[in-house]
Amino acid sequence: MPMTPLLAREELDAQLGGAARAWLDEALAEAEHAAEHTAAHAARQETGPPAAGPGALIAAPPWELRYAAAGRYCGLDHADSVRALLLLAARAGLPALTRLYDQGTAAERRAVLRTLHRLDIGSAALPLVEDALRTNDTRLVAAAVGPYAAAHLDAHQWRHAVLKCLFTGVPVDCVDALARRALGDLELARMLGDFAAERTAAGRDVPADLAYVLSCTAPATTVPSQES
Amino acid sequence: MRIFDPHIHMTSRTTDDYRAMYDAGVRALVEPSFWLGQPRTSPASFFDYFDALLGWEPFRASQYGIAHHCTLALNPKEANDPRCFPVLDALPRYLVKDSVVAVGEIGYDSMTPAEDIALATQLQLAADHGLPALVHTPHRDKLAGLHRTVDVVRESHLPPERVLLDHLNETTVEHAIDSGCWAGFSIYPDTKMDEDRMVTILRTYGTEKMLVNSAADWGQSDPLKTRKVGDAMLKAGFTEDDVDQVLWRNPVAFYGQSGRLQLDVAAPDPQHEGNSILRGGE
Repeated sequence: MPMTPLLAREELDAQLGGAARAWLDEALAEAEHAAEHTAAHAARQETGPPAAGPGALIAAPPWELRYAAAGRYCGLDHADSVRALLLLAARAGLPALTRLYDQGTAAERRAVLRTLHRLDIGSAALPLVEDALRTNDTRLVAAAVGPYAAAHLDAHQWRHAVLKCLFTGVPVDCVDALARRALGDLELARMLGDFAAERTAAGRDVPADLAYVLSCTAPATTVPSQES
Repeated sequence: MRIFDPHIHMTSRTTDDYRAMYDAGVRALVEPSFWLGQPRTSPASFFDYFDALLGWEPFRASQYGIAHHCTLALNPKEANDPRCFPVLDALPRYLVKDSVVAVGEIGYDSMTPAEDIALATQLQLAADHGLPALVHTPHRDKLAGLHRTVDVVRESHLPPERVLLDHLNETTVEHAIDSGCWAGFSIYPDTKMDEDRMVTILRTYGTEKMLVNSAADWGQSDPLKTRKVGDAMLKAGFTEDDVDQVLWRNPVAFYGQSGRLQLDVAAPDPQHEGNSILRGGE
C-alpha cells in the first residue's frame, strides 16, 4: 500500500489535462470562498457553538462534494494531492475535517489523515487518528502514522501504533520521526521483544522491520545514523 | 472464465468465499445495500453500513484480488419504517463517492405508498447523479410488482437502458425485456432461479442485456452460482464468447454507465504475511 507523494499545485498543473486543471481551479476557488465565509462567520459568532447535529451531517458545502469527486476529475493517482490542496485552501477546521473523515470513503479518510499536520488545528484532530488506528485497513493505518501522529500521539498510543504497523504489515517507513521518537524508549523495546518472542513461540516469522525499530530504541550512543 | 458478479452481499460472507470466488474466476463484483435480516431503527445504522461498503469491504475484496463496487439506497422493505425514511435525505452525499456505481437496491417489497415514494425519489436521484439504478422486483406478487415497477420507471427521468430489473424469472422476463431495461437473474440453491432454468431462458431470449448474479447473502445461497451458470452454458452449447458476454461484458456495460468502474485490482499474494484480514480481528 505505498502512498504516492503529495504534489504541490504547480506539479499537479504540469501533469493534469486542461479539463482537469479547469475543474481544480473551480474547486479551489470554492474552497477558498468557503474559508473566507467561515472566517467571517467565526468573527461574527466568536463565542457561538459550532454547527452540528443532523443538519450538519447531511448538508455538504460545494467544495466538499468536489473533495469526494476529485479522483474522477483529476485521476485516482492525483486524488490525495487534490484533496490535500482543497483542505488547505478551505483552511479546514475540526468540524469540516471530522465531517469529511466520518462521511468519507477510505481514500477520502486517507487524504484527511495525510493533511492534518499542515492545518492549524493543534491536537484537536487526534480522535480521527485514533479512529484510523483502531481499523484493520492498512491504507488508513499507514496514513495515520504520519507527522501529525508523531507530533501529537502520547507515548502509549504511539508505541501501539508502531506495533500495529508491524502486526498488520504496514512498512515502518510510513512512521514519521520513528528514530527520533523511539530513541531510548525502553518500553517500546520491551513490547517489541515480547512480540518477537510470541511469534517465535508460534513458529512464525518475526516481521523484518522489527529489528530496525528495535535498533532505534537503543540509547543515543548506539543509535543508527539514519532518520526515518 | 472471467466473472463479474453484479449482485452479491459480501458483508455477509467469509474470506473463504472471497478465495473460492477468485479461484472460480470472479474478478469484480457489485454489492448492493440491502436489508440485513434484522430491521434497523435509525438512519445512523444505515450510514455505518454505507461506510463499510465504501471502506472496509472494498479493502477485504482487494486482498483477494477482486474489485469491489457498491450500490447505495434505502431498500424497499425498510422504506416502510418512518424512522428510516430520512436516509433518503442523506443519499446525495453518498452518491458522489467513487465506488458507487448505481442507486440500489430500490423497488417494491409490499407495494405500499411509502415504497412508491422511495422508488420514485431514488430513480430521480439516479438521474440527477448520472447513475444507473438496480431495481429489485418483489418476491411476492411478482408479476404485478414488475408491471408497477416498469410503470414507475417509465414515469421517471431515468431512461430504461440505465435500469437493471433484478430477480427475474420465467414469468417476468418477457415483460422486463420489452420494457427496454436490462434483465437480471439471481441464481439460488432452491428458490428464485437455478442454472438450468437460466440456460433455458438464455436460449429463448438471447444473451443481450442479460445479467446473472448469485445474490449471495446471509441466507441459503451460493457465491459460486455465477460460475455454475457459465459451466452450464458451455455444457448446453453456448460459446465462451457468449459466457463472457453474460458474465463479464454485460455487467461491465451496465455499471460502466456510471463512469466509475475501476477493474484493475492486483492479484492476491498468498505469501503476504502482513495481512490484517488473514490475522482476523485483534
